[in-house]
Amino acid sequence: MLNSLLSIITFMPLLGAAILALFLRGDDEAAQRNAKWLALIATTATFIVSIFLYTGFDPANTGFQFVEEREWILGFQYKMGVDGISVLFVLLTTFLMPLVIASCWDVKHRVKDYMIAFLVLETLMIGVFCALDLILFYLFFEAGLIPMFLIIGIWGGANRIYASFKFFLYTLLGSVLMLVAMIGMYVDAGTTDIPTLLTHNFTSENFELLGIQIVGGMQTLMWIAFFASFAVKMPMWPVHTWLPDAHVQAPTAGSVVLAAILLKMGGYGFLRFSLPMFPVGSEVMGEFVLWLSAIAIIYTSLVALAQEDMKKLIAYSSVAHMGYVTMGIFAVNQQGIDGAIFQMISHGFISGALFLCVGVIYDRMHTREIDAYGGLVNRMPAYALIFMLFTMANVGLPGTSGFIGEFLVLMGVFQVNTWIAMLATTGVILSAAYALWLYRRVVMGDLIKESLKSISDMTTRERAIFAPLVVMTLLLGVYPALVTDMIGPSVAALISNYDSALLDSGVGTAVAGN
Amino acid sequence: MIQADLNTVMPELILAVYSMVALMAAVYTTKDKAAPYVLWTTSGLFVILAVLIGTTGAGTTTAFGGAFVDDAFSRFAKVVILLSAAAILLLSQDYMTRNGLFRFEYPILVALSVVGMMMMVSAGDLMALYMGLELQSLSLYVVAALRRDSVKSTEAGLKYFVLGALSSGMLLYGCSLVYGYSGTTLFSGITEAASGGVGLGLLFGLVFVVAGMAFKVSAAPFHMWTPDVYEGSPTPITAFFATAPKVAALALFARVVHDAFGAAVSDWSQIVAFLAVVSMFLGSIAAIGQRDIKRLMAYSSISHMGFALMGLAAGTAGGVQAMLVYVSIYVVMNVGTFAFILSMEKDGQAVTDIDALQNYSKQQPGRALAVLILMFSLAGIPPMVGFFGKYYVLQAAVDGGLAWLAVAGVVASVIGAYYYLRIVYYMYFGEERDALDPGMAPVGWAMLMGCAAIMLLGVINLFGIEAPALAAAQALVN
Repeated sequence: MLNSLLSIITFMPLLGAAILALFLRGDDEAAQRNAKWLALIATTATFIVSIFLYTGFDPANTGFQFVEEREWILGFQYKMGVDGISVLFVLLTTFLMPLVIASCWDVKHRVKDYMIAFLVLETLMIGVFCALDLILFYLFFEAGLIPMFLIIGIWGGANRIYASFKFFLYTLLGSVLMLVAMIGMYVDAGTTDIPTLLTHNFTSENFELLGIQIVGGMQTLMWIAFFASFAVKMPMWPVHTWLPDAHVQAPTAGSVVLAAILLKMGGYGFLRFSLPMFPVGSEVMGEFVLWLSAIAIIYTSLVALAQEDMKKLIAYSSVAHMGYVTMGIFAVNQQGIDGAIFQMISHGFISGALFLCVGVIYDRMHTREIDAYGGLVNRMPAYALIFMLFTMANVGLPGTSGFIGEFLVLMGVFQVNTWIAMLATTGVILSAAYALWLYRRVVMGDLIKESLKSISDMTTRERAIFAPLVVMTLLLGVYPALVTDMIGPSVAALISNYDSALLDSGVGTAVAGN
Repeated sequence: MIQADLNTVMPELILAVYSMVALMAAVYTTKDKAAPYVLWTTSGLFVILAVLIGTTGAGTTTAFGGAFVDDAFSRFAKVVILLSAAAILLLSQDYMTRNGLFRFEYPILVALSVVGMMMMVSAGDLMALYMGLELQSLSLYVVAALRRDSVKSTEAGLKYFVLGALSSGMLLYGCSLVYGYSGTTLFSGITEAASGGVGLGLLFGLVFVVAGMAFKVSAAPFHMWTPDVYEGSPTPITAFFATAPKVAALALFARVVHDAFGAAVSDWSQIVAFLAVVSMFLGSIAAIGQRDIKRLMAYSSISHMGFALMGLAAGTAGGVQAMLVYVSIYVVMNVGTFAFILSMEKDGQAVTDIDALQNYSKQQPGRALAVLILMFSLAGIPPMVGFFGKYYVLQAAVDGGLAWLAVAGVVASVIGAYYYLRIVYYMYFGEERDALDPGMAPVGWAMLMGCAAIMLLGVINLFGIEAPALAAAQALVN
């Protein structure tokens, strides 16, 4: 069974979706309940199976593990496998999905379809992190747009149609350019096998295009094509504008998946493709990304301060936090990349929890306006406690997982560029400002609004959803080795390959000489 | 000698003789009452011939002194043409009956046009090419105007005829130039004449021939007739226009540029690349404003033809293979989509406004899902098979050194994704409206579901279409 463990994990949710679609009839109360339970069982079972992935994974081995290989069409392969960089993302996905399903227990509109959409989405997300063939990766990466488009469009808010189209077309435009670059890689290397491509040397001879001297040649062009896709997915400033729209209009569960998992595909893509396959391109463009990230952190934090809508505020905060991730990745040292991956995992828990927090009061009051709330602590003490914990984690308070990631990233960037590190550090202060201010306006103070007088505290179901997230946030905060031990060797191998590739191409010395 | 020639053209011969016999038989017996039988025998014959051609043909044989070529390429195209024509014929029975259009001439005219298409893809000579093309076109002009009492249908037929005649004129002029400068109408002879470099006269001839054929595949900027003819013709005829003739015209295009001008790839490759890029963008952008689903499909087909030509522009065997795979996938997607369009009715009246689809997924979840799959497939989103078609031609373009064309193609496909998404949006996010009629002919339902299933399940192995397409491409390009 271990031979096809990854396929089992990937396609188990799809199997659940197929059962739902084919065998569940009707739209009455009982059918809705069955659909929800079946989806919960499918996602939970997936999570339980994925625990074998954790126990069976050997962190010391920097190669790909649990590899499966089968013939597929057009000379591609169906090849799956995980290494230290991807395994945690698979676990993050399988861990969060049962919570996501549980969080939409009160949905009444087309429940069966909703569950099918999430189950299909889970399969595609896991597939992205496991795929070891370029086209297989692209297939999962892009197919994920379809269920998300439907989730925003069918179950979203008032302006959902605009948001769903923007989400779809924006991300599609990014990824089709990546597709052309992938074809270019296939034509150049003669294979779409990712492990082989990781060791393939793409030519980096400078050449002229339309009168512009392109440093790093082919590698830089391909790097830019991949960047177009991952930067939109991430999202990085200035191509982040689809995210606040999508978040605000998406239903709560959709926002959680979007923030906690889908955004991580961009970071994962940088680590899997941009850095190891185009080291010269990365070296040429790395500084540019660092500056973009620094701008993103400060600019989007300031934008977050001005928001009236809770979800929008958290969405902008996500963009700012993703700025740390790109910054850490393109610092290309152990602390930076460790920190970036750590930040992505921890942001998965924290932002997911924050969107769930918004969902809790949205379900009760049906508004996300910050001004509509105030003094919730008086009626909802448990909620106030949980919301505070995640606000603090979002700020990066030591003892929570948010601190570790940001600290490691800043440490990594400091070694590369002190100025950028300094600018990015102001982001920490700004994030404290908007997060604490949000908390004060929503939770603290006297309960004076008439409409809030009868609001009830969290139900047992809601508490049960938050419990695992609280545990993980605190556990990773005090015992980060849980993550860093898993990723450390793979990251070290990535960096040493990167450095030696740079030395071979001669760019490393040129850049170091500056 | 003549025996061997006749053996080579046996499938065409059978179909032509059958058409004439069926015409006579129907005229002298019950006329329109015989229409269903004629339709079912015709499509049955199509399927039998497709199986026959697909399983028994081997190698390359020529007939009539090289004017008719039977090779793996023509066989591939013929199988696709025959099967898609059979599917469309079966689809149309219900619609034609209910709209009082079901005349016995209809299946016979389709059969004759299929004979023309089979001639086209097998042509090895400019004369044979023109004969096939005209046989096909003349039959199609008539069926476009099948609804005689409708102004729109008549207008469609007339427009198609006038513009088709214009394109035939250009083609003929090009042929005469080619003949004048090479001294022969045989493709092999033209290749010989062009092997020492293409002179200005021959190049002019080539350009006119290409323009004439671009009319037939409705590639921009020779696309003007397409939306009007698609909109005006009865819907089953539109479905037919969108499938088999497109395959035939593309195959003919490939045949002429590779067989006759194989030595001048660099000359025509630029022209084809230009046609491709203009078609892709025009098809994608002009469709955005359309509300009529038939016009929308017209622009969609223009854009898809652009993609197919991208494969051809690469000028390699891989490019031809990509084109064949692309066009086969395109045909399946269109059969499925038109099966759905044929079922769009409100109070017994056919509707074509996409606004009528509002909230369709509530009323008919199964069919809406099938259309959703087809739309994402048309847009080229994985894991639908439409994506692999796009991937194939993009790879051929990059491989052939046309990376800029590939980049333009993907940008156009993103623009095009908008209007396919809009149909999904109406069906899934739309507001509550009066329902469309729930009825759907069983044949149509089966075609819709079958095509959607093919689009979804093809991800496993593309139903093994690669190998025959490769064999076909290698037979043409060597």
